[in-house]
Amino acid sequence: MVRNEQLDRPEIMNADVSALEVRGLTKRFDRPAVDALDLTIRTGEFYALLGPNGAGKTTTLRMVAGLLKPDAGSISILGIDALADPVAAKQIMAWVSDEPMIYDKLTPLEYLEFVAGLWGIDPAVSAPSAHQLLLSLGLEPHLHERCEGFSKGMRQKVALAGALVHDPRLIILDEPLTGLDALSARHVKGLLQERVRSGCTVIITTHILEVAERMADRIGVIAAGRLVAEGTLTELRQQTGRGDTTLEDMFIALVDAEAAAA
Amino acid sequence: MSSAAALTWFARHEVRLAWREWLAIIAGSRGKRKRAVIALIVFAAIMHLPAYAVIGRFADLQAPLGKPELIVITATIFLAWALMLSQAIESVTRVFYARADLDLLMSSPVNLANVFSVRIVAIALSVIGMALLLSTPFVDVLVLGGGARWLSAFGIVVAIGLSAAAVAIAITVLLFRLIGPSRTRLVAQIVAAVIGAGFVIALQVAAILSYGTLSRFAVLTSDAASAYAPDLDSPLWWPARAAIGEGMVLSWLMAGGLLLLGAVMAVFSPRFADTVVRVAATTQSVPRGARATAFRGGSRQHALRAKEFLLLRRDPWLLSQSLMQLLYLVPPALLLWRSFSESSAAIVLITPVIVMAAGQLAGGLAWLTISGEDAADLVATAPLPPSRVIRAKIEVVLASIGAIFAPLIAALAFASMTQAIVTALGIIVATVSAAAIQLWFRVQAKRSQFRRRQTSSRLATFAEAFCSIGWAATAALAVTIPIAAVISGVMTAAILAATWKISPRRD
Repeated sequence: MVRNEQLDRPEIMNADVSALEVRGLTKRFDRPAVDALDLTIRTGEFYALLGPNGAGKTTTLRMVAGLLKPDAGSISILGIDALADPVAAKQIMAWVSDEPMIYDKLTPLEYLEFVAGLWGIDPAVSAPSAHQLLLSLGLEPHLHERCEGFSKGMRQKVALAGALVHDPRLIILDEPLTGLDALSARHVKGLLQERVRSGCTVIITTHILEVAERMADRIGVIAAGRLVAEGTLTELRQQTGRGDTTLEDMFIALVDAEAAAA
Repeated sequence: MSSAAALTWFARHEVRLAWREWLAIIAGSRGKRKRAVIALIVFAAIMHLPAYAVIGRFADLQAPLGKPELIVITATIFLAWALMLSQAIESVTRVFYARADLDLLMSSPVNLANVFSVRIVAIALSVIGMALLLSTPFVDVLVLGGGARWLSAFGIVVAIGLSAAAVAIAITVLLFRLIGPSRTRLVAQIVAAVIGAGFVIALQVAAILSYGTLSRFAVLTSDAASAYAPDLDSPLWWPARAAIGEGMVLSWLMAGGLLLLGAVMAVFSPRFADTVVRVAATTQSVPRGARATAFRGGSRQHALRAKEFLLLRRDPWLLSQSLMQLLYLVPPALLLWRSFSESSAAIVLITPVIVMAAGQLAGGLAWLTISGEDAADLVATAPLPPSRVIRAKIEVVLASIGAIFAPLIAALAFASMTQAIVTALGIIVATVSAAAIQLWFRVQAKRSQFRRRQTSSRLATFAEAFCSIGWAATAALAVTIPIAAVISGVMTAAILAATWKISPRRD
């Protein structure tokens, strides 16, 4: 692996390497939250991780993002061992939580300037990129307003712009469309699809199954900390033996089956 | 539900909220409440000792009082009133800006004037309750030493609490009308800080300018004060006369307090709803002047430091707290200035005051930078090791303290180079101690929770206070009795070491 001098980021030599490879990932709180999970997500893929409340989706992704330490298992991000070299892994990754955490006393531009600084991006590159991002998310009239008066949707958009300003190779979003109006949701979906087209990998969790159905290349269903089904929509239909059913019906069937088995 | 029943029901709700807020401030989590209440009772019992030292000699005072005694008691009551006013302004601001139930109340089919009347009474009761709690050891000492007539001092606390709440509401609503809702929060917090500290500081400044001492009693008991004071039958002395047991005067004062609060409720309750709506409107989006949109370069730590400095500059609560700390530095600075021309042993007093202020300010700053991270996930997922994040944040604390106290040290160097060096060392050690304690006990929180930072760990709060006092005493002793400074320094270091030993983050 070599490093891109300008952005101080690892350059991935092997394009065939998985964007995310998780093996035997385990985390217990009072009970197992993630239970020896294996997951492989290919580079340039739009992957939707679905599951009922408390299934372990967010815990899994927080461990991948370096926010939680796993009890066991390995995490590889574009070939980088995220547990052994978290800084290198974080350099090429972005995390957006469901509860947008931004600074009330900063303007969107100041926030993006800070994020770009944290990722060590050259200001000559990050400033125009930040403007472009805020523009495309419809935040142009609010560039110089402090975020304290922003609605949840606007805060979500600022947080998303922050995640994209350092041009990550892997973007992990926990419920990114919650709180967004229809137009904003379309903006966000467009931005994410654009990133995927340019080779970036996107992983989202969502309870809006229609989003997963329409946008995701592959879908993973997690229940009780285990992956219970995975594949394209067609593959999931084959796995569940339901010919032309909707994702919602399949999801409920899979989760019910898992609950019955437990 | 009838109007009266609805009012009673809402009053009960307010009392329950106030009680739980108070418990949360005192005890933190629910599991620790019993222990916290016991600790509070023990603390209150112990407080009788310093109360006796301060006020015990006044227990034998009998009517009729002379002017010097009347001036001292009136000034003490005024000081208590100023502190209650400060607390009440803070409470009113919180009702406008921070109560999470305003949307619910405003959208409910209740008479808002009644609701806000109850809330005004709740503010008055909470201010009076806290004042009664704090004044009890002092009144106990007076009652034990001078008889039951001193029980009327409790009545004075109630009377001035009522008037302080009324004045606080009037001041805050007038601020809304004069400068608008967006600036009122900052100004009200600064006004509260200045009122709380201003009276004591003003007395100290007068004492230094007139008598070259930090003692405020020097002014109050002077012949000049007696000469300028009004005659003995002036209403100005009513609070003092009521405090020593004149029942009729006390009745008048309590009636006056109730009347004032009632008038404020009648005038302002109907307008409270409008004010709250205006606050909600202004918190939507406040356009700021556009600055140059080019991003600044620098290292990742530089980005963190720049962000922290920017947030500290924009933190109204911190600004008001820092202002109060700086106000407390005015008297010693004045003493320093006077000491240039005339040799004075009092200049030694500056060192502990400065070191103590630095330690306290550093504790607040360290909490805001280390624990008060609003975008914790963002910083945790940034590509830099946690140790470098912490280092950048501590650098911000040290730089801020350095910027605030460097001018004082420079001035001190002109008076005494040795004392300046000792004070500078004291500031550094007190700052590092406060930052270390915050680091060992850090709990991720929102910056807006700054008011409640003490509740996350009582141990950290007490350790921070003891270390500040310890390093201040050590620095003072280093200037006067160096051998005693060694003992004091070792004791403070031992407190710090013990704090580290029992801290959750020592591994």
